[in-house]
Amino acid sequence: MATHRYLPHTDDDIRVMLDRCGAKDFDDLYSDVPQSLRLKKPYALPEAMSEPELDRFFAGIAVENHEMACFAGGGFYHHYTPAVIPALLSRSEFYTAYTPYQPEISQGTLQYIFEYQSMMCELTGMDVSNASMYDGATATAEAMIMAVNAAKKKRRVLISATVAPAVAQVCSTYASSLGIILEVIPEDGGVTSETELKEMLGAGDVAGVIVASPNYYGIVEDYTGFADMCHERKALFIMNCHASALGVLRSPGEWDADIACGEAQSLGMPLNYGGPGLGYLCCRKALMRKLPGRIVGATKDAAGQRSFVLTLQAREQHIRRQKATSNICSNQGIMTLHASIYLSLMGAKGLRRVNEIGYNGAHSLAKSLVETGKVKLANPDKPFLNEFRIETVAPLSADTFLDALAAHGILGGITLSDNEIIIAVTEMCTPAEIDRYVSIIKGM
Amino acid sequence: MNKNLYSPLIFELSHKGRTGYALPEYGKGEIGLPASLMRAEEPKLPEVDEPTVVRHYTNSSNNNFGVDTGFYPLGSCTMKYNPKVNEAMVSRAGVSALHPAQPAATVQGALRIYRTLEKYLAEIGGMAEFTLNPFAGAHGEYTGLRIIRAYHMSRADEARRKVIVPDSAHGTNPASAAMAGFEIVEVKSLPDGTVDMDDLQSKLDETVAAMMMTNPNTAGMFEHNIPQIAEAVHAAGALMYYDGANLNPMLGIARPGDMGFDVMHINLHKTFSTPHGGGGPGAGPVGVRKGLEKFLPNPHVIEKADGTLDVEFGEDALGRVSAWLGNFTVYIKALAYILSLGADGIAKVGPLSTLNANYIMNSLKDLYLLPIPGPCKHEFVFDGLIDKSTGVTTLNIAKALLDYGFHAPTIYFPLLFHESLMIEPTETENLETLDKFVKVMRDIAETAVSEPEKIKNAPYTTPISHPDEDEAALNPIVKYADLQ
Repeated sequence: MATHRYLPHTDDDIRVMLDRCGAKDFDDLYSDVPQSLRLKKPYALPEAMSEPELDRFFAGIAVENHEMACFAGGGFYHHYTPAVIPALLSRSEFYTAYTPYQPEISQGTLQYIFEYQSMMCELTGMDVSNASMYDGATATAEAMIMAVNAAKKKRRVLISATVAPAVAQVCSTYASSLGIILEVIPEDGGVTSETELKEMLGAGDVAGVIVASPNYYGIVEDYTGFADMCHERKALFIMNCHASALGVLRSPGEWDADIACGEAQSLGMPLNYGGPGLGYLCCRKALMRKLPGRIVGATKDAAGQRSFVLTLQAREQHIRRQKATSNICSNQGIMTLHASIYLSLMGAKGLRRVNEIGYNGAHSLAKSLVETGKVKLANPDKPFLNEFRIETVAPLSADTFLDALAAHGILGGITLSDNEIIIAVTEMCTPAEIDRYVSIIKGM
Repeated sequence: MNKNLYSPLIFELSHKGRTGYALPEYGKGEIGLPASLMRAEEPKLPEVDEPTVVRHYTNSSNNNFGVDTGFYPLGSCTMKYNPKVNEAMVSRAGVSALHPAQPAATVQGALRIYRTLEKYLAEIGGMAEFTLNPFAGAHGEYTGLRIIRAYHMSRADEARRKVIVPDSAHGTNPASAAMAGFEIVEVKSLPDGTVDMDDLQSKLDETVAAMMMTNPNTAGMFEHNIPQIAEAVHAAGALMYYDGANLNPMLGIARPGDMGFDVMHINLHKTFSTPHGGGGPGAGPVGVRKGLEKFLPNPHVIEKADGTLDVEFGEDALGRVSAWLGNFTVYIKALAYILSLGADGIAKVGPLSTLNANYIMNSLKDLYLLPIPGPCKHEFVFDGLIDKSTGVTTLNIAKALLDYGFHAPTIYFPLLFHESLMIEPTETENLETLDKFVKVMRDIAETAVSEPEKIKNAPYTTPISHPDEDEAALNPIVKYADLQ
């Protein structure tokens, strides 16, 4: 057996080791694997590549990927990643560690998760955050399940039609396996219909209500009275929010929500074609023991030093098996470190600036686009932050609109229908790119 | 790793007025939303300069132990070396600024990564097709079980609501089955850790949807009855689910598809060397045998007649388990790993991981209680020390190891034994490292007899020692504001 740089065994090593095991060859170690099951021929995989060959392979892949000026959002936003972040994430003491089962040698991981939890509680206005979930969609599905578990007998959950479709679809997948009846609250002019919600809550059998802020169309909905309406009917009020927007928008805590959840990719995480992002899930103290996933807590060690440990593990699958709050047995690890570093660098002021740039860019783009006469705002009377919905004016279709921009390397937005598009602006969209966007549309 | 605790929180380094960002000057002007839609006050985030942030996290990392720090024999977690070139290839592949909503024509490279890895995993797993969308092993289990449910439903076989799980299974298996809406039925293990065939037979009927297994099992033993188990399960109309947590020793030896499994997941962060990242992001791709492809979750990456790739939503799919196509950068690392090892290298992984485990087992079994005689596969379980008179427990041994610069094995799992100490060395450790570990384990066993208190009070050299976990659970302090 020739050595490979990841496989250190020399022929002599193997001889010594087999001897220790009382085996004459590898077959002796696999005597319990029936011959009928054995691999009959070598794997149909390529031969090993050297590092230069591997580099050329991925360089060849890169040629087929085309970066575009990004005006698409829909839950994933192109924000700047400060250079500090990749530098610190590459500390292999962090990224080559596993779940911090041994707190004595995992204080680094435990500490940044504690910091992450603290920062997410600040952003959401909630009492408790877990150590994170896979993504915003699964975090929202877990929030839905929490509501049903907290309500015991009630199995109905309502989700607004203005929540992103991908999030609603993932919730629907989980609902269908758990006997949860997930119903859609219709929208009215781009926002959740309060009248419909009131009626749907009427029967008193609703465990939770899920809304979004900003919603899928970018609208910042006014949820005045929503929490009270839910609480009067003993339903939990759940808000799905983009983490970055929470730097300026009224927080779920201020809306009197019970659970806050969503995608935190907007905290400067690279787009990476959709992943990894970071799902966050926070709640009121009363729901803490229903919260799924890892939670880090502070305590003291024998010498009285402040220490961090995984805590409240009685909720989790390795103890409770099928009775656990969830099957999740990990978190998004290094992405929570990313979030902690990003929020440390940005602080409240930096987050506000990011939102200001997005707000002003989006409003300037929206105004200029309407002035071309080619499009109109779908909800001109509704407030938005950095994302908005337009309708193309016939005969211009959404596809033609986006194709014209794509021909100039601009990802103009996300198509919702034949004539509807959502457009997002972040600090990565320069005034020159916004001008170019408008002039291309004007020229159509 | 540092011996002294670096303890401040970033919040405690905050100084009013300091900033750590540089943003463009354009886009100035107040946010003109109604005050009722805005926060009443700013979130209390730290105010820190950039050097402070860098020193803080660098010092904090010194209180952490990773695979790059030292040997990490954490059973069932496959803590193998995470190759550096894999990390480098993430930036090389040009995906960092690709939005998931981009037209397929502009992301052919990204889709090719997905499709290529999917095909390689299908070859290694002996499956027809894979989805890479699930984010983790547990998420893969959930997805796989939903595929099984969709299969039975497509045959109007609605009564199949039970999943059989061995009593030795990892807790995630029953938790995933419960989340997927199944009732859990446990099947007993024989003293050697393998499935009790008689007990299994008695539990198989027309209400069983699937049998869920790892192979080798959590005791590190190959289920030699697997052909008979698969035959019995299939005869009852149920499907076989393979939990890929223990796939590593099977590389180059046997494929789950050939063992009779219909659906499987693979933990890319175990078998395919992608970093565990202190808990994530991982990836739990799910493979299916021929005939089950259409149930794979949306979205799918498909190959068109002209050879280009596209993203598609199928009607028979179980639904959506993720917003997009999963943890994309993790695939790049797994693909780089497979290409670096090649067909021959991948085939050596299994035997060498098994050799390493058997070497440690045979070097220690005179001092540690081996409840199931070998040969084991990639891992094995000791039931504590043979000499129980000293009162030294598995927990004590685990903590004592930390003083010697080793991570502890998995402890108190599997639940088959009281003092489980589960050791998985992986194939990337050399003979000298294994010998050092063996020597330390022997020293600990001897000290347990001569000076038991010394072992019971370990660790001594770590940044903290004996944190009060009961207090943490009794009075939870889960954020900085709680500390004040």
